Amino acid sequence: MSNTIQPMVEAHGIGKCYRLGDGGLFQRRDTPPAGALGAREGDEPGMFWCLRDVSFTVQRGDVVGLLGRNGAGKSTLLKILSRITEPTRGSIRLRGRVASLLEVGTGFHPELTGRENIFLNGAILGMKRAEIAAKFDEIVEFAEVGAFLDTPVKRYSSGMFVRLAFAVAAHLEPEILLIDEVLAVGDAAFQKKCLGKMDEVAHQHGRTVFFVSHNLGAVRALCNTTILLQDGTVAAQGAPNEVIARYLASSAPDEAGGHIAWPADKAPGNDEVRLASLTLTDALGERASFFEAGQPVTVDLRYEALRRVRGMRIQLFVHTSEGELAFVATDHLRQVELLDPGTYRTVWTLPGALLNRRGYNISICCDVPGERYIIPAQQFLTFTVGGAGNQSSHFPETWPGTVCPSIECKVERVS
Amino acid sequence: MSQPNEHASPAPGYEILIEPGRGFLRMNWRELWEYRDLLVILVRRDFLAKYKQTMLGPLWFILQPLLSAVVMSIAFHKVAGIATGSIPSLLFNLCALLPWAYFSQNVTTGSATFTANSHLFGKVYFPRLIVPIATVVSNLFALVLQLVVFFIFYGWFAARGAPVHMGTSALLMIPLIAITAILSLGLSLLISASTAKFRDLAHLTPVLLQLWMFASPVFYPMGLLTKNASWSWLAWANPMASIVEHTRTVLLGEGVWQPAMLAVSAVVSLIVLFAGTIAFNHAERTVVDSI
Repeated sequence: MSNTIQPMVEAHGIGKCYRLGDGGLFQRRDTPPAGALGAREGDEPGMFWCLRDVSFTVQRGDVVGLLGRNGAGKSTLLKILSRITEPTRGSIRLRGRVASLLEVGTGFHPELTGRENIFLNGAILGMKRAEIAAKFDEIVEFAEVGAFLDTPVKRYSSGMFVRLAFAVAAHLEPEILLIDEVLAVGDAAFQKKCLGKMDEVAHQHGRTVFFVSHNLGAVRALCNTTILLQDGTVAAQGAPNEVIARYLASSAPDEAGGHIAWPADKAPGNDEVRLASLTLTDALGERASFFEAGQPVTVDLRYEALRRVRGMRIQLFVHTSEGELAFVATDHLRQVELLDPGTYRTVWTLPGALLNRRGYNISICCDVPGERYIIPAQQFLTFTVGGAGNQSSHFPETWPGTVCPSIECKVERVS
Repeated sequence: MSQPNEHASPAPGYEILIEPGRGFLRMNWRELWEYRDLLVILVRRDFLAKYKQTMLGPLWFILQPLLSAVVMSIAFHKVAGIATGSIPSLLFNLCALLPWAYFSQNVTTGSATFTANSHLFGKVYFPRLIVPIATVVSNLFALVLQLVVFFIFYGWFAARGAPVHMGTSALLMIPLIAITAILSLGLSLLISASTAKFRDLAHLTPVLLQLWMFASPVFYPMGLLTKNASWSWLAWANPMASIVEHTRTVLLGEGVWQPAMLAVSAVVSLIVLFAGTIAFNHAERTVVDSI
């Protein structure tokens, strides 16, 4: 077959430019997320280049991880690849049908039943009616919503909604599949199922997949190649391990000794919630980025609710500096159901003798579980644990494991 | 890596080229055809979703125009005293509202294509043209229901001796509705393309539609507009005027019969559709950047 030797996707010099505020007689409209990318010399004023000269080729069956900090241009690139919007420059050749999954449940109609929505959503995602009918039972089984097929989806729990939506999308059969950070919804068991399905789609069916995620573990597990975007350009491209290391090194933000504070216009967040500062302190209450292994680490997050927000939770992700997830903490059980506008503070205390002697990264994610993201997971601070106080401290060599909790251990002679 | 299965093997030579500023006139008709199932399903959705969680359900498709026919009969004929010839005024209005309600529904919904679907369009690609076409098709169901109501009243008035007569000429409704569909689709495309950057026209559309309705012989006979011969060309220049008037002619047997004017309506509608398609096609490529 001729197209096995031709690349599946060829992108040449893609650029995407937004015009900032294109007028109106009396008002200015805002366009893209401002502040993500500074203007460069030689740019026309008022123009905002979200992507510049992005080129890559992808072979059939490749699973491509797209990495980059927020605002690096990942979403714009996916939008261009999925033909939602046009590039300003450059061209892309796609040798196959494309389906995009930029959001779970796009086009679901709340008033229609689960059954009706399977057909509606399937068709919107590009499936033929007959294809949907043929896969109908499989979709229902995957989503585990059998008993509620004829109930309007507005009566579904958010978990059911997400399962049904992902089930439809997972049964798409395009040659090229574009996926944007949708796996982070649903419970753990369902997430695992989704990752399994993605793996199957990519490796057994030989499809080409583009996968945007901040979950570096998933990227490492699923992808065989990665592209790192930085300020709208390709900063690195190649094997996941190398690119992930590069990403982690480059994404260490400008923090001074375990503290980062944002001015209101640069703060991560949206019109609901905005982060204000994130601080790491040691047992003495001093700001620090290096901690003794036996001492607790306090993570102090301050944020502002700009509107009333219902059901919000904040998650603290602790990754090792190699990008492996160590654990996740949340304030969900302590968080009030209805957050009134105001300034708040969430403090987590990571007990001493829990962490291993190594570098860690701290990411914060703010969402309404199963419903929407307010602030997608983003890495903000790094810190190092060393010295004495944990189980491994008596050994000079690096100790394996993302954490190194103190484990009770008894040795005795029994006979 | 395992062998790709048959689904993963596109037809040899299947290729999508993405680049800025595709040709001005280049429309991907083949792709539009490939998405025909989506059209069917969107039409179904529109129809199903409209009357969910209402007590009277699909009856609203009938009640709405019926109520406005009654209100307008009172306003125009009982109060303002406009004569409707030998035709009972309710029947006169019901008949004219068939094409007009269809037209105004199409334009109202269709012109909001980009604004009402901004979320959907921002997340998934399909030929955007499907959406306004689906609007025009799904409104046909409402039209059919209204036709049923019209025939019930028609039978009732005829049994009471109203001088109405309908023959095979009633079949001319089909081309009349076709022209209405073309004109309203074209206008929807033009207006929605213009709302891609600036919303101003979205605010103006309902007002213009209302003005247009009063400028068309919906609640009064065409004769009223063409009395002054030197201005009658202006009345006929309105493509909806001849459609509404001819609907009454073919269904009630009363009104003017001017095929030439119908031909003008048809040509104007086709031109509007052509211009609308170009404008829409141009706007859809980057519309998500600004909605």
